[in-house]
Amino acid sequence: MSAAAATQTKAGRPFWAGRRGAGLLFVGPAVFVMLLVGLFPFLWSVVVSFQDITGSNPNGDWVGLANYKKLVADTRVWAALGRTLLLLAVALPLELILGMLLALHFQAERPFKRLFVALLVLPAVVSPMVAGSMWRLMFDHKFGPFNQIIGWIAGEPIVLLWTVKPHLAYWAILIAEVWQWTPFMFIILLAALANVEREQLEAAEIDGAGRFRVFFRIVLPAIMPVLSIAVLLRALDLFRIFDAVWQLTRGGPGTKTETLSIFMFIRGFQSFETSYTAALVVVLLILLSATVVFALKRMEIAR
Amino acid sequence: MKKRATREGIVWYAISILILVVMLFPIYWMFMVSLKLPEEIFKSPPVWFPSKPQFGNFAVLFTEGDVWSLWNSLVIAGVSTLIAMAVGTLCAYAMVRFKTGGDNLAIWILSQRMLPPIAVVFPIFLAYAVFGLSDSYPGLILLYTAFALPYVVWMMRGYLEDVPVELEEAALVDGYSHLSVLWRVTVPMARNGIIATAIFAFVFSWNEFLFALVLTRTEVITFTVQISQYFGSQSTFWAKIAAMSVLGTLPVFIAVTLLQRYVVRGISLGAVKG
Repeated sequence: MSAAAATQTKAGRPFWAGRRGAGLLFVGPAVFVMLLVGLFPFLWSVVVSFQDITGSNPNGDWVGLANYKKLVADTRVWAALGRTLLLLAVALPLELILGMLLALHFQAERPFKRLFVALLVLPAVVSPMVAGSMWRLMFDHKFGPFNQIIGWIAGEPIVLLWTVKPHLAYWAILIAEVWQWTPFMFIILLAALANVEREQLEAAEIDGAGRFRVFFRIVLPAIMPVLSIAVLLRALDLFRIFDAVWQLTRGGPGTKTETLSIFMFIRGFQSFETSYTAALVVVLLILLSATVVFALKRMEIAR
Repeated sequence: MKKRATREGIVWYAISILILVVMLFPIYWMFMVSLKLPEEIFKSPPVWFPSKPQFGNFAVLFTEGDVWSLWNSLVIAGVSTLIAMAVGTLCAYAMVRFKTGGDNLAIWILSQRMLPPIAVVFPIFLAYAVFGLSDSYPGLILLYTAFALPYVVWMMRGYLEDVPVELEEAALVDGYSHLSVLWRVTVPMARNGIIATAIFAFVFSWNEFLFALVLTRTEVITFTVQISQYFGSQSTFWAKIAAMSVLGTLPVFIAVTLLQRYVVRGISLGAVKG
């Protein structure tokens, strides 16, 4: 390639006529925009995190690592992190298993299958904020249908305050989340299943392997690369969950459903603890960037 | 044998329809609420089908001017998608054909997409306050462009790789510059992929809530922010929430249905070739 570049960059021709020059020129604008919106404000928050800026004190003094020390000692941060991870730990396996079951079901070739699949994907393309609104409608204890349906199953009228009681609020968020993103898992797994080689499956069947054996020994390993990408995407999405929670509970009752994103939103944009939030941003971005880059390199997703 | 096959088929359809009913019910409910009379919305037990479906809830959004938020969403998502497509396709082309930046650039770009929006938007908020970009079209368009770029680059990498390189080389020999090869040869060949990518990038920006919530006050409120404002501490305007949700969701449903064969690639960030 370097030889090709050398031959094309003849004397007298502008540098962008060569592959190397043109490459840098073409990549430039995209990298510039991302740095402008990413790196520059990030460095700004690093600076702000060493000060004590708040809504009432816009010209902060230098306080060194005080915000970071406060962060480590703040039980509310840890509680929010714990809640976020708990939600992730429950929702992700649920979405994966349900998505897999759906994919296995809709693997069958039948008339109208494409229509079914197309309709089933719709929840995943609804705005998460709209999805939160829809579930708020569903969960309303008086005029929402959710309690009514539970009542039918239970055989007596039931009034559950879904977005008010701490435990129910957690379930409400979980249900909304699983409803919206199981189709995402489903559609990815369905495509992955379609790419599993026929010959291998047929060979296994001729050998008399049972359905479970075929699934765990052949199908699962074959779709593993795609599955791990889907899990990574979902895990990171769940980690930053905001829209649906905001619309369903605003982090309440109290702080009972406060996730990390909600916590940061409230601290940064409602109580204007600017420097404190900046410190949290810096820690989070450094930790997550490292995790993401490590995971991507491990998976060799970049080919 | 035949008999068993049909019975299996019936079971399959029964299960499929049950799944669809459960999964689409919340969407059905929202549509129904948007068609109800105000007094029907607050009935207990709930009304499953409005006695006289009507469009009054939508009319209110028009007479009170709330539909401007849809226009704002359209402008912001539309312009940022156009810019991100132009800039992102250039970038993807260089990455595919010239191997610019290698794997590291690709991973860096993708990692941008995976960071939590709240952690990204907070520094932006601080910077925008200084430069007066808050609550303005340019401010939001810039942010949404940057937000869409990793997605566009990754999708376009996949689509551009499918374009046969021989045609481009032939054009280069004919004396075309790299830019005109891209514009006249590659882009027309990858047209379908470009359209699919653009529409999904648009849908993500259209659906976005957090950035818009943080960076808008009054001037350029998007429809998702508008919906969040219908939740009051005293009362919640369910009729408006449902109607605005329908108006904001229908275009997405139509676009995704038209683009069915690109859906897998689109929502999976190109991770799976659908």
